[in-house]
Formats: sequence, structure tokens, C-alpha cells
Amino acid sequence: MKLSAPLIYGLIASILLVSAPHADHLPLWVNGVGLILLGWRAYLTASGNALPSRGLLLLITLACVGGIAISFHALFGREVGVTLLILLAALKLLELRAVRDATVLIYLSCFIIITNFFYSQSIPTALFMLFTLLVIMTAWVQMQTGSLGLKPRLRIAGVILLQAIPLSLLIFVLFPRVQGPLWGLPQDAYASSGLSDTMSPGSMSKLSLSDAVAFRVTYKDKVPPREQMYWRGPVLWDFDGRTWTRGRGITLQTPQLADAGMPVDYTVTLEPHNKPWLFALDIADTVSIPHVFTSDFQLLNKEPVNARLRYSATSQLNYRASPDEAPQQLQRARALPRGYNPRARILAAEWRAQNTGDEAVIRAALAHFNRNGFEYTLEPPPLGLNSVDDFLFETRKGFCEYYASSFVFLMRAAGIPARVVTGYQGGEYNDLGGYYILRQSDAHAWVEAWLPQRGWVRYDPTAAIAPSRIQNNLSAALSNNTALPFFARTQSPLLHKLRFNLDAMTNQWNQWVLGYNTERQFAFLTRLGMEDITWQKLAMNMLAGVAMLAGIFTMLMLRRLRLRDTDAVQTLYLKFCKKLAKAGIARAPHEGAQDFANRAAQQQPQHAVAIADITAQYISLRYRNQREAGALHAFKHAVRSFKL
Amino acid sequence: MFNSFRQKFRNWAFRRTVESGTVVLNQRRIYIIPTRQGLGFALVLVLMLLGDINYNLSLGYVLTFLLATAGGMSMLHAFRNMAQLEIKAGHVAPVFTDEQARFVFHFNNPGTLDRHQLHLHDDTGHRTVFDLPAQRSTAIELPLPATRRGWLDSGRLTLHTEFPLGLFHAWTYIHFDVQCLVYPKPAAAQPLPAVSSQNGNGKAMTKGDEDFSGLRNYVAGDALPRIAWKALAREQGLQVKQFSAPQGQDLWLDWSQLPNIATERKLELLTRWVLDAEAQGLHYGLRLAQLELPPAQGSTHRAECLRVLALFGTEQSS
Repeated sequence: MKLSAPLIYGLIASILLVSAPHADHLPLWVNGVGLILLGWRAYLTASGNALPSRGLLLLITLACVGGIAISFHALFGREVGVTLLILLAALKLLELRAVRDATVLIYLSCFIIITNFFYSQSIPTALFMLFTLLVIMTAWVQMQTGSLGLKPRLRIAGVILLQAIPLSLLIFVLFPRVQGPLWGLPQDAYASSGLSDTMSPGSMSKLSLSDAVAFRVTYKDKVPPREQMYWRGPVLWDFDGRTWTRGRGITLQTPQLADAGMPVDYTVTLEPHNKPWLFALDIADTVSIPHVFTSDFQLLNKEPVNARLRYSATSQLNYRASPDEAPQQLQRARALPRGYNPRARILAAEWRAQNTGDEAVIRAALAHFNRNGFEYTLEPPPLGLNSVDDFLFETRKGFCEYYASSFVFLMRAAGIPARVVTGYQGGEYNDLGGYYILRQSDAHAWVEAWLPQRGWVRYDPTAAIAPSRIQNNLSAALSNNTALPFFARTQSPLLHKLRFNLDAMTNQWNQWVLGYNTERQFAFLTRLGMEDITWQKLAMNMLAGVAMLAGIFTMLMLRRLRLRDTDAVQTLYLKFCKKLAKAGIARAPHEGAQDFANRAAQQQPQHAVAIADITAQYISLRYRNQREAGALHAFKHAVRSFKL
Repeated sequence: MFNSFRQKFRNWAFRRTVESGTVVLNQRRIYIIPTRQGLGFALVLVLMLLGDINYNLSLGYVLTFLLATAGGMSMLHAFRNMAQLEIKAGHVAPVFTDEQARFVFHFNNPGTLDRHQLHLHDDTGHRTVFDLPAQRSTAIELPLPATRRGWLDSGRLTLHTEFPLGLFHAWTYIHFDVQCLVYPKPAAAQPLPAVSSQNGNGKAMTKGDEDFSGLRNYVAGDALPRIAWKALAREQGLQVKQFSAPQGQDLWLDWSQLPNIATERKLELLTRWVLDAEAQGLHYGLRLAQLELPPAQGSTHRAECLRVLALFGTEQSS
């Protein structure tokens, strides 16, 4: 056991592979320094030069830590931890003196693999993990096999890994799951993407550029029409002239849903987005997981959604939402910041003067959007201080948040309580998986206005400009769609099919591998016929299963230890004796092979040559240790063709 | 006190019998415990599992379980690396004190699997590391220092392996009934005692070199001083002078004639003389306190003399 060159190269390869997935989110200088350190080590090994002194290494280490502190402004947190681990592993390689150090590096490599799962847990990541493990194991085996070549080492490592796969799958299914977290997590532990609780010009269109999946929906039996597929997210009340925010709710009143009808049942698999909101079709009635139902019909999880979450819900598509809304809430829904957008206020006042009743005002507003040459685009021109005025009278180009924002402003200016609702609209049907995918590009903003008797009614000004946005999808609504993500603009049927296949596979992977939590485990095992699942029972079953599989492996593995060719030789010789015995020449128990052959040859002189030949081969195979490759085969052939 | 308890436990737990013939390593003879690295690895796995639970990393679970089961399976591989090996003790050539006694063991690997990195060592750290190819019998030599004359027991040897990942230590004890005969260390060169002294029978002795009786052909092993160099010069080939060897012309290496030095020094001196007498082609006999080897010559006689000297005063000498 010494630190041979192949072992060092194996370790370099391992560290390179475990750090490679981090390359795209680490600072450039970290990638550079890591590569230089690994390259340096490879050079030292190849040239046989001495390792750098401890003083120099200490200096480099301090420089690296300093660099991390400067570029991250911190010495704690996920990114910092990963960077430190990778750089320390590369530095340790330069300080490799004993086999113990190599073992530490192997363990460290395994640990670095796991840090990559913070960023990605997709199918390619899993396959890459298996490949990386194979490389690490091959280097690992080297420490215990001395000068063994690469190929046999790969085989040993491969066999161990292959045996580990079924065992680990079994444990994966049966290992009692504990719902984390066990301790507080740093703020950057989870990536957050998706809808936020604020809306300003540009925020939605920015989101629309992302292909990322927001959630997937399976409808139980009835699929609602597309123009009813409004997935409610954060409801925004407060406007400061530019940005809409949720504000602070001033009532704890439970929302009322009157005259509910048209229930729709469905199941949502929500991607983690690090925010508490859950999405449901307007308007949710029952939800399968614990939740908070706010007074503006928003569904909130108890804590931020940090893991993929699955829930079933029932929504009522026909309703009267809070027809008896509290007066202070209605007051809040009419509030506007002073001074901004004077022209919009005048326009609203005109509508109010010309029309009788709130509904007529709303109709006038929608007609205004429809008629005055408004354009639906992802790349609207920038707006000035009076954003609503600029949009309504100057640019007239915008995305859904522009329309929702200005519409609510106009309503409030006309004295009608209104609010912005954000969420997702529509979705894309995957006929392979039988579910709808909602991507970030399906993010949408619309409006709710409160009318006496009818309560909060949904209006979508975007539908007035670009009805196809609601009836089809985003790419159909945009004339110039170059800025759209690749998946959203492609029309090729083959690509579509491929994309659906990939997404169906990803969905299965997400449901069964990544989303395998306590509930999934419970449901899956119940379906397999397990009753009263407790963690003790799971553990017992797991141990029993592992023992059984390990037993099977043991039997398979130990088989090759006793396998002997001599036994095959003996079997063949006995066959030959049996043939002679049929002819009346039976071998006496005490009779040696040579004596027997002589006796048989005397009795059957016409076969003497064959008998002598077979006996000679038998003796050579059985009693001389060295043997040629084809000898056994030739002997087999001779015995087979021997006939009396 | 703890040490003696541990020793007792070991004696009780692991067989301490001396064996002969062929030993087959079956599962009752192979013991396995995790190594220090193995325990370290377990700790790493626990940390990883805590991370998986805390951050709800499903792939992390997969990785942790893969590593854990691979580690577990490596135990089976370690066992398999030793199982069903057939071991036989081989012949051990006698050595002189302070030389290395080369114990030979024949390892037969009957299966179709190569065995890797087996360590054979004694309790004081003398070791040899080897691989065993499939379906091959391999002779393995373990050199142990011969520090005292007499019979050297190999002691209980340990055969162990940490293949394939170094997480588990699989070992077995082998203690064969083989011993190495260790001759006394030959003293520094000393002139042989005079032949002309009184022998045991009281006959006067004359120098044997004078009774030249003829030449015979050289046989490998003949002593150099006996070669007839003159005959060689006459191109008669390599020939050896033969002397008639009457009883009275033997060289007696006699214990009682030795100067008054320590017993071990006396044995060392006698060893030196036996070697020199044999090298000079003399007829020599050995006379110890209670034992007498009549004069003779040749490697068998030399071996017998050295054996008597090696075992002088020990229990096995009789």
C-alpha cells in the first residue's frame, strides 16, 4: 500500500468529477485555482518532483480562504461551504503523504457529490453520480490491490457498485423517512424562483422567459375549459405608484364562498419555490394538506415550500366570493397613492360620469383596452414616473402586469374596489403523462373587482387585448416571439413529442424518486399490501430484505470459489468407464487408471489406441497441475466420440 | 491485568491448536471486523444521512445508501478474498542463528477468482504481502529472524486482507506444526584442533594426509583441498586424491578438550569446526558430554553434527 502514480491520477480524476458540476455557479477564479492545483499535482506526479512545502501550502490555503471571504462577503453558507470543500480537497491532494490522506480524500469526494444535489437532482445528475462513483471506487480499490491494472480494478469497482444498486433501492423504498429539517437552514439553502409577492412593470415578463416548471396538475375526472384555468397565487392590494404589494391584511375574517358550483377535483405537484403560497384553481374549497386560507382566498402553506409538494384540492368554478366583504377591506381596495397618474384619474372620472353602475364602468374600461391600439408584447418600452399614464396614453405596449396594474388603477380611480391577482394561467397538456404542465412562462396577472351582491368578480384585461393568450398560450399571443424560451416557441411536432416524453419521464422521476417522502412511502407500501405501517415495521422489513438480497449475493459470489475443472475431468472419465462397463469391462474399485486401460486394451484390441489416448489425457489433466487451454475441451471430445 | 484478560479472551475465542496437513479456510476460521477507516466511513455516512434528512435530498439518500451498501458488500468481498484457500506448510531449510528462517507455505487457490493483497505476518510484525492467481498453487515465503539455536516455531501466524475497500479487516490464524532447525552461529575462524592427539581408543594418530591411496574422478561436492591440481595440470581431468582412512586418523571434535568458555561459545566453536572440517574433506567425529557421533564425512554427517549442536541441552535433543 503506497501512493502509486495511478492512485494519484485516480484521486485527481475523482476530485475533478465531483467538482465539475459546481463549475457553472462558482466564481471564475475558484474554477481556475482548482484546475491549476489539480494540474500542478498531475505534473508533480508525472515528473516525480517533490511536493510543495507545508509553508507554501499554508500560504495558498490562506489566500484561498481570503479570496472566498472577499468574493462571497461571508465565511458561512452553502456556496461558501462548497467552495471551501472543493479547494481544500485540491490542496489536500498536494499534501498527500500517507495512504490515510488518500482515504480522507476519497471520503471527501463522496461528500462533495452530495453538495451538488442542492443545485440539481435531475436524471442526468443521477447518472453522472453513478459514473463519478465508479471512478471514485476504482481509485479506492487501488489502495487495496497494489499494482493491479486499471481494467481489473474497474471490474471490481463495477461489481461492488452493481451489487449495491439493488440493495440501495430496497433501502431507499423502505428506509423510514423523517420529515426534515432537523435544524435551522441558512437562507440560501434553497433556490427560489417563481412568483413573488410584489409586482412592478417587467416582473411578469421576466418570469415569462423561463422554461422552468412551476407545477404539474392532474385533473381527476373533469377538465375545466381553458379560459377557466386561473391558478390563484398572491393577491396584491397596495400600490405605491409603481409596485404592487400584498400589504398587511387588516381582517382575520374567513372568506365566504356563496352559491358555489361546478366543483373540479385535481392533484397538484408543486415544485419548490421557497415561498409559502400554494396554487389552486379559482376558488379553492378543500385542500388535502394543512394550510391557511386567507381572507382574499389565498392558500398558504405553513412554511415555505422547500421540497416538492403534492396535494389534492377541490375548487368551485362558480361562486360569489365574499359578497359581504368588510367595509375596511373595500376601503383598502379603493386606495390610491396621491399625485400619480392625473390623466388616468380624469379618464376614470369621465367613465364614471358617463355610465350608471359599476358594471358599465368596467365594460367601458375593457372596451377602451380593446379599441385603442394596445399591443401585447414581452418587450415593452420603459415607463416614466407616472407609469399608468405613460402606458395608457403613450406607449400602449405591455405585458399582463401592465394591463392588470392600470386596470385596477382605473377602477379604484372610478371608486370601484379592485385588486390585482397573480398566478398562472392555462398550462400545457402532456398527453403521455395525462397531466398539465404549468411553467414560469405561464405566469399571469389579472384583476378582481368587487360588485355589490356579486362579490369579487374576475376580469382579465389581457383577454381584451390578446384573447389567444388565454385560449391558447403565450406564443400564440405574441406576434414577435423570438424572446420566448425555446420550448415555448417551438412548433415542430417531433420536438413537441420528444419534449413531452422527457417531461413525462421527469415527472415520474420527480414523483417517485425526488418526491418520495413520508406520505408517498406510506401510500406506496399500502398499495403493495403492507398494513399498519410504523417505522419499526419498516426497519424490520428493510433489514429482512437486505439480509435476503445479501444472502443471494453471497451464494452467487461464493460459487466460483469451489468450482474446479478437475471435477469436470472426473465426470468425463466416469462416463468413459461407464461406456466400457456396458461392454463388460468394469473397473474394479482398487484398479488404477493405467491398469484398467491395459486390461481394457487387451480385451478390446481394436479400441486399444482410443483407450490409451483417453487414459493418457485423463492422467495428464487430473494429476499434472499445469494444463493448456484446449486440453479439457479435447478430452471432452475424445470421450464423447468414444464408441465400442 | 487488562492485557492478560484480553489474552485469555483471545485464547478462548480463537482456536489455538497447532495443525498439520492442509488447512482449508472456511467460514468458521475467518473473522471480520471493521477497520478504523471503516468506522470513519460509517461516521461520514451518518453525517451524509443527517444532511439528506435535513435538506430532504432524495438523491442524497440514494447516494448514501449506495455507499453504505457498497461498504457492506465489501465485507463479503473481503471474506471471499480468503475463503476456500488451501494452505499447506512446506519444507523449511535449517539456518544458522541470526539468519532469516524462511518458512514456506503453499497456498492453493482452487477457484476461478484471483485473490488480492493477502498479508501473512506474525505477532511481531514480520510480514509478506502477496496475490494468488486463480487455480494456481503458489509458494509463499515468510522470513522470520532466527535469534536462538534449537527449534524455531513459526508461532501463530495471521493471514489477513483488507481488500477491496479497506473498510473491513478479515483475518484467520494459522499455526502449523512446522519448525525451523536453527544451528548455532559459527564462531570466528579458528584453527582446527590437532589430529595427532590421543583418540578415545588410545591409539596414536598420524596425519591422514600421508596415506595417499590413489585418484578418482571428481564428484560435485568434493572438497577443494582434495583436488589433484597436479593431475589437472597434466591434463588428466579433474581428479580427487583419495586417502586411506584408518580409524586412528580421524579428527575428533571433543567437548571435553575445549577451553573453559561459556557453553554457547563452545557450541559456536564446534559449529565452526564442523563446517571447516567438512570443507577440508576431513573425517571428523563429534563427542559431546553424553553423545558421540562416530567420524564420517559428507553433507548428511555434517547436518547430523549441526543438528546435535543446535539441540544441545534442549529437551528435544534426545
